[in-house]
Amino acid sequence: MLFGYAWDTSGFWPFVISIMPILLIGLWVTLKATVIGFAIALVLGLLLAALKAAPTRLIAWPARAITEFIRDTPLLIQLFFLFYVLPDFGLTLPAFMTGALALGLQYSAYTSEVYRAGLEAVPRGQREAARALSMAPGRTFTHIILPQAIPRIIPALGNYLVSIMKDVPVLSVVTVLEMLNVARIIGDRTFNYLVPLTIVGILYLLLTLIAAWGIRWLDTHLPSHGVALK
Amino acid sequence: MDWQDYLAPLSQGAWVTIELTVYSTLLGALLSFVFGIGRDAHTRLLRWLSIGYIEIFRGTSLLVQLFWLYFALPVIGQAIGVNLQLAPVTAGVLALSLNIGAYGAEVVRGALKSVPRSQHEAAVALNFTPRQRLWRIDLPQAIPEMMPPFGNLAVQNLKDTALVSLISLGDLAFRAEQIRNFTQDSTTIYTMVLLMYFGMALVLTALMKLLEHRVGRWRTEN
Repeated sequence: MLFGYAWDTSGFWPFVISIMPILLIGLWVTLKATVIGFAIALVLGLLLAALKAAPTRLIAWPARAITEFIRDTPLLIQLFFLFYVLPDFGLTLPAFMTGALALGLQYSAYTSEVYRAGLEAVPRGQREAARALSMAPGRTFTHIILPQAIPRIIPALGNYLVSIMKDVPVLSVVTVLEMLNVARIIGDRTFNYLVPLTIVGILYLLLTLIAAWGIRWLDTHLPSHGVALK
Repeated sequence: MDWQDYLAPLSQGAWVTIELTVYSTLLGALLSFVFGIGRDAHTRLLRWLSIGYIEIFRGTSLLVQLFWLYFALPVIGQAIGVNLQLAPVTAGVLALSLNIGAYGAEVVRGALKSVPRSQHEAAVALNFTPRQRLWRIDLPQAIPEMMPPFGNLAVQNLKDTALVSLISLGDLAFRAEQIRNFTQDSTTIYTMVLLMYFGMALVLTALMKLLEHRVGRWRTEN
């Protein structure tokens, strides 16, 4: 019995059908963690990218070092760090939020690189032309650079959204009841790991296939010359 | 206890992490080549097998794969009367290398595709057999292209080894959790562990850069 649903171990199909609602509740938690983690990664990544692009080395260099450090250390350890160390400094977050924060932190290192690469891929001539037309730097960024960078940035971000979804099971170590954790609990109690774990694998496969299809659609349907912001 | 007392057990764990990384990266590289080449093979069976492998292991989570190998595989074994209960280290290395191998296979395939078509045509014109074409024309030109993404995957793999601590394998992450349970000194322990992983990643990156230089050397010599 989990989340008020009992399992039926009388046969293969009754078992599959009886645990589906439980796993789907776990899936919902997985998707929530994915979306919140992704949102945090988008914002933190933007901050890191801005710092890395700072004109003074005093800011840019530490930002680069922090990005490298976040990217080269395991999510699991970062999660433990946030989970056990933040309370020592008087900041106690629920396990789910700590998990989403860890996901966001880890992937901010990746998204910051996506932003940077996307902006740098805009041909230099565009910037020069805007300058020759004496366009203000702020206006150059919002009207010339950003619209052309967006079609490169969005599909790359989509790939990281999928990666975040695949990393959500790590959150089970801090007792978040996401899909894999739920499947494991069912396995622990019924001694049948095969069915719940296989269903989780299939659900993941379906989700990533759908996501891959979505990203490909975006990739072909975003105008490659740029997205007008107005 | 202060931080020096943690060094000995943590180093023991770090050694297990290094061993896991080396074994699974090597096995993963082998799988990358087998399935990356198989992905575009002429035999339909080989091609479908490779697509299936790549899609399954890239499409699901590493932790799902690890738990499946460790918890679910023995259930299948029971049903068919074979003992498939893997030792944690076997399950760990297998899951890590199968996972990284699937990502690597896409890298190998992409690099093979990037070899100019004219090279292929020239080899056909010179009457090379398909095997000679692969070994003497395509792979030598494709391997230097693979090295930068392989470097990223190796670091990714190093980070992923932390997950095997969840099937009670005594790696660095596992030792850290053990000591933390004992001393409750989270800040010191996890700071040390983060720095140790970072150090290992820097060394691994440097090694992969050396390898990249080594395999790309023929391009500058000739």
